[in-house]
Amino acid sequence: MRRDAERTGVFTRRALLLMGGQVAVLGALSARLYQVQVEDGARYTTLANENRISARMIAPPRGRILDRFGTVIAGSSTNWRAVLVAEQANNVPATLDAFSALLPLSEYERARIDRELHRKRKFIPVLIREFLTWDEMAAIEVNAPDLPGIVVDAGTSREYPFGDKLAHIVGYVAPPNESDVADDPLLGLPGLRLGRAGMEKYHDLGLRGRAGSVQLEVNAVGRVIRELDRLEGIQGEDVGLTLDAGIQQSVLTTLGDESASAVVMDCRNGEVLAMATNPSFDPSVFNSGVSQAQWLEWTKDRRTPLINKATSGLYAPGSTFKMAVALAALEAGTLSPGDHIGCPGYLDMGDTRFHCWRKGGHGTLDLRGGLKNSCDVFFYEVARRTGIDHIAAMANRLGLGVELELDLPGQRTGLIPTREWRIAKGHPWNVGDTIVSGIGQGYIQVTPLQLATYASRIASGRMVQPHLTRRLAGALQPGSEPDDWPVLGMPEKLLHNVREGMWAVVNEAGGTAPLARLADPGVQLAGKTGSAQVRRVSRELRESGHFDSQKLPWEYRPHALFVAYAPYDAPRYALAVVIEHGNAGAAAAAPMAHDIMTQVLKRDPANRSEPPSPQVAEVRS
Amino acid sequence: MMDRRLWREPSFDFVAKVLQINWIYVVLLCCLAAVGYTALYSAAGGSPEPYAARHAMRFAFGLVIMLAIGLVDIRIIQKLAWPAWLGCAGLLVLVLRMGHVGKGAQRWLEIGGLQLQPSEMMKLALVLALASWFHRASWERMGNPLFLIPPLIAVLIPVGLILKEPNLGTAAITAMLGGAIFFAAGVRWWKFLLVVLPIPLLGQFAYAHLHDYQRARIDTFMHPESDPLGAGYNIIQSKIALGSGGMWGKGFLQGTQGHLDFLPEKQTDFIFTMIGEEFGLVGGLAVMGLLTLIIIGGMLIALRCRHQFGRLVALGIACNFFLYVFVNIAMVMGVIPVGGVPLPLVSHGGSAMLTVMVGFGILMSVHVHRDVEFAALRDDR
Repeated sequence: MRRDAERTGVFTRRALLLMGGQVAVLGALSARLYQVQVEDGARYTTLANENRISARMIAPPRGRILDRFGTVIAGSSTNWRAVLVAEQANNVPATLDAFSALLPLSEYERARIDRELHRKRKFIPVLIREFLTWDEMAAIEVNAPDLPGIVVDAGTSREYPFGDKLAHIVGYVAPPNESDVADDPLLGLPGLRLGRAGMEKYHDLGLRGRAGSVQLEVNAVGRVIRELDRLEGIQGEDVGLTLDAGIQQSVLTTLGDESASAVVMDCRNGEVLAMATNPSFDPSVFNSGVSQAQWLEWTKDRRTPLINKATSGLYAPGSTFKMAVALAALEAGTLSPGDHIGCPGYLDMGDTRFHCWRKGGHGTLDLRGGLKNSCDVFFYEVARRTGIDHIAAMANRLGLGVELELDLPGQRTGLIPTREWRIAKGHPWNVGDTIVSGIGQGYIQVTPLQLATYASRIASGRMVQPHLTRRLAGALQPGSEPDDWPVLGMPEKLLHNVREGMWAVVNEAGGTAPLARLADPGVQLAGKTGSAQVRRVSRELRESGHFDSQKLPWEYRPHALFVAYAPYDAPRYALAVVIEHGNAGAAAAAPMAHDIMTQVLKRDPANRSEPPSPQVAEVRS
Repeated sequence: MMDRRLWREPSFDFVAKVLQINWIYVVLLCCLAAVGYTALYSAAGGSPEPYAARHAMRFAFGLVIMLAIGLVDIRIIQKLAWPAWLGCAGLLVLVLRMGHVGKGAQRWLEIGGLQLQPSEMMKLALVLALASWFHRASWERMGNPLFLIPPLIAVLIPVGLILKEPNLGTAAITAMLGGAIFFAAGVRWWKFLLVVLPIPLLGQFAYAHLHDYQRARIDTFMHPESDPLGAGYNIIQSKIALGSGGMWGKGFLQGTQGHLDFLPEKQTDFIFTMIGEEFGLVGGLAVMGLLTLIIIGGMLIALRCRHQFGRLVALGIACNFFLYVFVNIAMVMGVIPVGGVPLPLVSHGGSAMLTVMVGFGILMSVHVHRDVEFAALRDDR
């Protein structure tokens, strides 16, 4: 028994020792718990919030693009679409088969859907079909029991009520690519579109608006549990253009089927009222993606529907250039308004003979007569006297061959050759080059927009720059008043000589463009025709007497041009029309100029702040 | 000097036994199970299904088993000690040959739809076997090294088998449990040193022969931030959950880490983290306090027992419980490597609950039969 007591004593001591040790260990764990929960608590709270709170951006509605009267030319419309939430479908392939029975899905679509389903988590909707019609939506809703997981929801898509009529100016939007997303995470949002061309591109940042954000509670696999906080974004601002959608439409109607372009400007402030290019394309196609076939059709069309001819089409100005030559000569003093020059029908320079368009010549002409008859020999001689450098400087000053401050991406500069330019190319400048430049041929290339600017500057005597933006978020932008623009710095008398000639072209008997004469004698139009050869006419052909450009293949026919402004006594609107391979400015372009100017004067957008009431019906038709 | 009445009677009557049950201890266990119910209710997102209701059912079943075992005469249990050890050793061999693989190791045996983890049962059997062995030992015999060899083998065989599963954590716990009983039985201090000193060397050797997943577990424990999405994820998320709970917790059912599934295995291994997140340091300490009371209660039962077998058994069971608690809580706080050890009576899991309740039943039997007389010691004859 004594031994047992000894054993008990040892046990008791050691058991108490163990117990104490255990309590000490648990105490140490408690201390550790204190350290983790209280001392480091703040840090871990932050980490826990980082875990559970996911801040996401909400795409702001894209701003609208309006014409000068507030007519929407680019807006957002609701786009009904069918999406599939995989976790709500018992059997995804079966649901897709059932959907396909209603609205057939192509193999291509099916492959895309499978790919997205595979990549995305089961609760993230996958787009099945966009742009559903009412009938399609009804079909889906009626068959909803057979389509578990299919949900119809509303997205937005960009809508262009005028379709191809304003495509080149408005541009288009398209889904951003990966490098865009790297610049701005907002662009990574599903359904967000980025301005890719035209005004959509130029004003993209403003139109985009500022993203809102929403704080969501998410679980470990990223599923949204609830919304914690929401900060609404700022809607993209509306862009008001200088355009009058009504004029744009009537200009396009006038251009008809021609491969042509026309620019109408307010000549006092450079506002572009219409900038039409024919043919065009439907910009909303880019919203959902362009098919290969469509793309091929566009790029193969020799009438180049994707190119904005008004700003990127380069043409020899032909006789429309003669005002620049005349002004250069007047300013340089190589020609005075009263000087007369004889035209026998040709000008010999060395062993080259330069022909006048009129076989037999015009006889003796002064400047006014030269312009009125568009006498080539007169301007050969004036150009020869003045020299290319003076002509080029004047042309540049009038807006030709220079980059204009147009707020539309993709403008081409064209070319006004100079001696220096030619020498830099490694060739001497010949006097013959000066002579052909005198009638706007040779190396000279300009855009229709430059021609309209040229007409505006001659008419207003101000260095107006063409521009398309009138209001941003409702505020009128600088450049809307004539006084915002510097004057040309040329005596009004010199300009008057040229204007008089332009008046005579249209309104005087024997002028080259009687077809442009306006019906109302109280409002007169001043203009100038131009026909620009695209192929040199050989002497033999010309002398055979059988030369008739009408019989040439389309692509070899000369371009037809016309520049104009009206009213003559109080210039308001300037205009340039270029018809590709339209043969003759007087026959093809002048009547169009007449039609366009008649419409413009009737609508008189520069003097109106509200749109004419019938316009709404017209726009929608 | 002792209560002769109990010593004489081989089995006193039923009512007397029931009255002898340590009901306070039973209440403590019920409290712990209630903590488990609450935590599991929260882990299921505020629903008794699928965890909490089953937990309550199992506990109720376990409680019945415990009380039934508590009424079994401790001397009968002592007679079953070595057969139980043999049986468990057999099961351990069986589990190696045909066990179910879970987490890269063979741990489970499925018998008639019931999942058995023989290593858990072996710990109880080992406690009984060692207690039975040392119960016979006089103070003199304890000094004889040869006398210590059979119990040492009784420890090393299951430890070796469990290591082979491989289940490093349980093997270590089993070894420590054996050590605790050796210690309480009165083995000399210096003999422990003989065993403990070579451990660092053995550890190095063992590390080299560990399975990759075990080595990874130790590595990520050392540097959890080195692999925040991989193996270190559990530890980091558990610490975030505890830390974000702060002093007072986020409130019942408000734990974000748990409810948003950032916390892995929240209904089993990381149940204590759930509690710490929702009830804060206050809740965590309260649960630890309750666990400490249960451990101390077990040790007090051991101290009050008048026979060596009962003393050693009660101490062994209390130590086993302590080791569970320590490993689990230290694990969720990132103090020791994650080891897949549940928090007894709180974590979800049937087989562990049953084993633990059987253990408490034996503990209760020790308490009820603390004054019974065993046959005379061999040495005393």
